[in-house]
Amino acid sequence: MTDTAVRSGAAAKAAEGARTGPQPLTFAKALNTALADAMEADSSVIIFGEDVGPLGGVFRITDGLTARFGEERCFDTPLAESGIMGMAVGMAMNGMRPIVEMQFDAFAYPAFEQVVSHVAKMPNRTRGKVKLPLVMRIPYAGGIGGVEHHCDSSESYYAHTPGLTVLAPATVRDAYLMLREAIRFPDPVVFLEPKKLYWSKETLDLDELRKEADDAATTGSLVGRAVVARSGTDATLIAYGPSVPTALAAAEAAASEGRSLEVIDVRSIVPFDDETVTASVRKTGRAVVIAEAPGFASVAAEIVARVQERCFNSLAAPVRRVTGFDIPYPAPKLEHYFLPSVDRILDTVDELQWEDA
Amino acid sequence: MTISTGSSAENQYGESMKRADTSDLGPTAEEYMLPSAQPVQLVNPSGEHIHNDRYPLPDGEALLAAYEKLVVGRRINEQANALVRQGRMAVYPSSHGQEACQVAAAVVLEKDDWLFPTYRDTVAVITRGVDPLGVLTLLRGDWHSGYDPYEHKTATQATPLATQLLHAVGVAHAAKLRGENTVVLALCGDGATSEGDFHEALNFAAVFHVPVVFLVQNNEYAISVPLKHQTVAPSLAHKAIGYGMPGERVDGNDLAAMLSVLGKAVDRARDGGGPALVEAHTYRMQAHTNADDPSRYRPQSDVDEWVPKDPITRMRTYLGNLNLLTSEEEQRIAGAAEETAGTLRDGLNSEPEINPADLFEYVYTEKTSQLREQAALLADELAREGAQQ
Ligand SMILES: Cc1ncc(C[n+]2csc(CCOP(=O)(O)OP(=O)(O)O)c2C)c(N)n1
Ligand SMILES: [Mg+2]
Repeated sequence: MTDTAVRSGAAAKAAEGARTGPQPLTFAKALNTALADAMEADSSVIIFGEDVGPLGGVFRITDGLTARFGEERCFDTPLAESGIMGMAVGMAMNGMRPIVEMQFDAFAYPAFEQVVSHVAKMPNRTRGKVKLPLVMRIPYAGGIGGVEHHCDSSESYYAHTPGLTVLAPATVRDAYLMLREAIRFPDPVVFLEPKKLYWSKETLDLDELRKEADDAATTGSLVGRAVVARSGTDATLIAYGPSVPTALAAAEAAASEGRSLEVIDVRSIVPFDDETVTASVRKTGRAVVIAEAPGFASVAAEIVARVQERCFNSLAAPVRRVTGFDIPYPAPKLEHYFLPSVDRILDTVDELQWEDA
Repeated sequence: MTISTGSSAENQYGESMKRADTSDLGPTAEEYMLPSAQPVQLVNPSGEHIHNDRYPLPDGEALLAAYEKLVVGRRINEQANALVRQGRMAVYPSSHGQEACQVAAAVVLEKDDWLFPTYRDTVAVITRGVDPLGVLTLLRGDWHSGYDPYEHKTATQATPLATQLLHAVGVAHAAKLRGENTVVLALCGDGATSEGDFHEALNFAAVFHVPVVFLVQNNEYAISVPLKHQTVAPSLAHKAIGYGMPGERVDGNDLAAMLSVLGKAVDRARDGGGPALVEAHTYRMQAHTNADDPSRYRPQSDVDEWVPKDPITRMRTYLGNLNLLTSEEEQRIAGAAEETAGTLRDGLNSEPEINPADLFEYVYTEKTSQLREQAALLADELAREGAQQ
């Protein structure tokens, strides 16, 4: 399985149906296109999971892939997440690049044993002799009015497990580029797809995106690289995945009140980009971390600690968090009380010890 | 406490842990544990009785009483679907076509028995006697479960597949240790039989020799995935023998057969005969939930083939032919169904009371100081919002 010859952009385009120039693209379609392009480029890339075949996944992220690439490359498994993950380990050991889909965040838990005991540890146990180039895709987090077990923010479990690379894109562009990179990545990647962003749209030129993905080797990796999603001078909002649009909305609202907030989209939870985050907070002197997951012992807690350690002398106020409460994800009619909101973010920003307050 | 192993070992409670005693039930374990060659059917789709040596036909009165619940069950499914269309409920996994399984699962149990249902089993839970509005709370979205599991000995409807089967084993084991004469009926779907927990539950049940009946509603699909992708075993009921318990398969659209086969398994469990696995052959007539689009994975003609096998039609014919079901009786039953539907409509058309403070109330027996802080934060936020309005 060394067929990694990248087909020409023209061939990929023909397969996609001739689309050129900037087009409106949803987050879901960007992921779907990334999967198709990766399968086109590398015959060792294969996809399996629950309902990913003819149905195209419950969110349609694998739509059309079985029809296009055949049942051997995109197929449904028996309904067993531990089985899916364990088989992916074996396939990755034997020359394949498996991409598995967990149907929802909370349904990935039966796979936890495989993830923690083998996916995360195998390369280390074998002194790097066994690599596991696999991707575990997880539709994750809330804000979609889902009933219980369909809205968990489970990133902290994965981020806490050494050996896992944990990515959470927030834009359509990053969805495509980061998934392409995750598939090429030599180590196992937990790829968190914020469900509430699946239907968000950006106008993008797919050919340009593909070129960028193909050039990634020269232009650099997105793994471990946060990005400034909005520049500002007064305080930094640090967010990832589903919380990035909320942070941007808060920054927009703050601007109309005369306060300039910078927004950092973390994108790569593990490895974490201390440099970008630190540079921003040293500049603004104030920071609020935003995440949906319960705050206790969370990724948000880790970010606060890192910022405090690195920026103490530049800080005008304690670094604060706006996270989910430390409770199980609420039923649909109560989720709005739980989720970080623009108001809650602005309230927290107001409390950052402003001289004029 | 240690559990010694070995064929005639005693467990930690001094009971001998024997294999199921099969000596008086047939010459071989295979004969005892393997399912019938064909799914047991006592009333065929034309409404005719089919004689079966092992499974007696329930008497007319029992069938008529269960038939009424079947009709009410169908009406519940229809009403719930309508409420989703009207936006009163977030989602509804319908058991349309599976009502014979639903009703049988509820009526074979005594008051002190336990039922362990899934998201698909709303009709079974309501048939068991749980308040319909409490049952639909989960799907309306005002809380995760809207009834007290102890009141009707009915566990919460489980969504993480097959996980509840182990809880069923635990309840049964505890009942045994406490000297209670309780049988536990645990439900799951065909897809769920692929989960590790299904296999662990069957093995635990058999090893601890507890009174659990596992009922698999094989409706041929797990969302889009047909049964052939779950297993290549001759049937799901065949899995039982691997764990040392009897398996049986039954026409899941035949109310009479469901009552007879499940009833026998429940009686056997109550008499100390241990667990059993029953596979009901049925069909998911509608989408997985309203969010699903079955046209992507199965032709309508497949669904149409199951229409003549409907559980209600055949029972109506059978009971009508015996003059047990008169037109007055039919009307009365239709009225009862309407009444239940009306209860659902009225209940779901009024907005549920939501109290945000509840979010923090039940996470721990006593709120942690962190939760007290967070609850105060939210209360303050809401008070300020209220003051602004
Ligand atoms: C552990 C777990 N994985 C995945 C899911 C998502 N899911 C919900 S229902 C379902 C299909 C279940 O099929 P089956 O067991 O046959 O029951 P049916 O829905 O047909 O009644 C799936 C995959 C889940 N609820 N739990
Ligand atoms: Mg099924």
